[in-house]
Amino acid sequence: MTNKNIISKLKYNLFKIYNKIGGMGIFLGLVIILYLITLIINPNKFILSLNNSIKLFLSLTWIFIMIFLLMIIIDLFINKNKINKFFNKKNNLFSWFFIIIAGIISTGPIYMWYPIIGELKEKGMPIKYQVAFLYNRSIKIPLIYPMIEIFSSKVVITLLIVMIIFSIINGYIVELILNYNKKTTINNKYNNNK
Amino acid sequence: MDLKIKIKNVFKKNLNAFKNILPMFIGIILLINLIKVIFGNNFYKNILTNNTFLNSFILNGLGSIMAGNAMISYIIGQEMLANGIVLFLVLVFILAWVNVGFIQLPAESLILDKKFAITRNIIAFLSNFLVAGITVLILGWI
Repeated sequence: MTNKNIISKLKYNLFKIYNKIGGMGIFLGLVIILYLITLIINPNKFILSLNNSIKLFLSLTWIFIMIFLLMIIIDLFINKNKINKFFNKKNNLFSWFFIIIAGIISTGPIYMWYPIIGELKEKGMPIKYQVAFLYNRSIKIPLIYPMIEIFSSKVVITLLIVMIIFSIINGYIVELILNYNKKTTINNKYNNNK
Repeated sequence: MDLKIKIKNVFKKNLNAFKNILPMFIGIILLINLIKVIFGNNFYKNILTNNTFLNSFILNGLGSIMAGNAMISYIIGQEMLANGIVLFLVLVFILAWVNVGFIQLPAESLILDKKFAITRNIIAFLSNFLVAGITVLILGWI
């Protein structure tokens, strides 16, 4: 067998593995390799990390269930028309208010919300609101009191107000960049086809 | 379509989607805890310089890599303040911790789109300087 054949066979097998386990499985695989390296270098840190991970995973179970149920509810009752009606109004002050409050009161780690945002995105939720929701997720009501204890109310209130304003600014900037990229790609394709 | 069948189909579809995302969630949880255990809470002391400008980039980068409960970032921030690190830098670090997710980036890219995830995180990274700076400026005026 020639070198070329071996390489193409290897590529094919890697592609098959990638298709079977997907990008998410590969990420988990890499993390497991890191754990195995830690186990060899420092078994104590390996056990501590694994214990903490199991505890965190168990504490997040109810959020997993909640997110799963929310995904079903969105799929069942929210469609593209409803999203368009809600988020694409001329006066979108209420939409901004809603998305900021939703971001602030949502619980659990940010990555748990990606599937929900993905579901809403598929149904037409504009980019700026997706960004603002994810940004406002960093403001956590239960953590405001300990934050005030550490940094003073003056610092916390000022920071939170600036953060809310920047969640909107960031939303517009990201939307502008992504829409500009989209337009440029479409124009380039059009020019190439000409 | 009959509501029962619709619910069944939607349940099946979302269960499959959730099963696909689960390895990523597990990976993130494992990685967050490994980083926390390896680096501990005093990791920042060895990497800061005398230059505030450079430190702001270092802490922004560090906060972007670190993940976990925001409360941990507040505790580290409190310790930073006690060690004489200026409020601007502490705020940059906390903002990076909660707004920029380097560890979550693969999940965000796969679920929400690569371009979206990268652009959102870069803009959040850059805005951390502005948010912290404006907050400190306003506090100076009050």
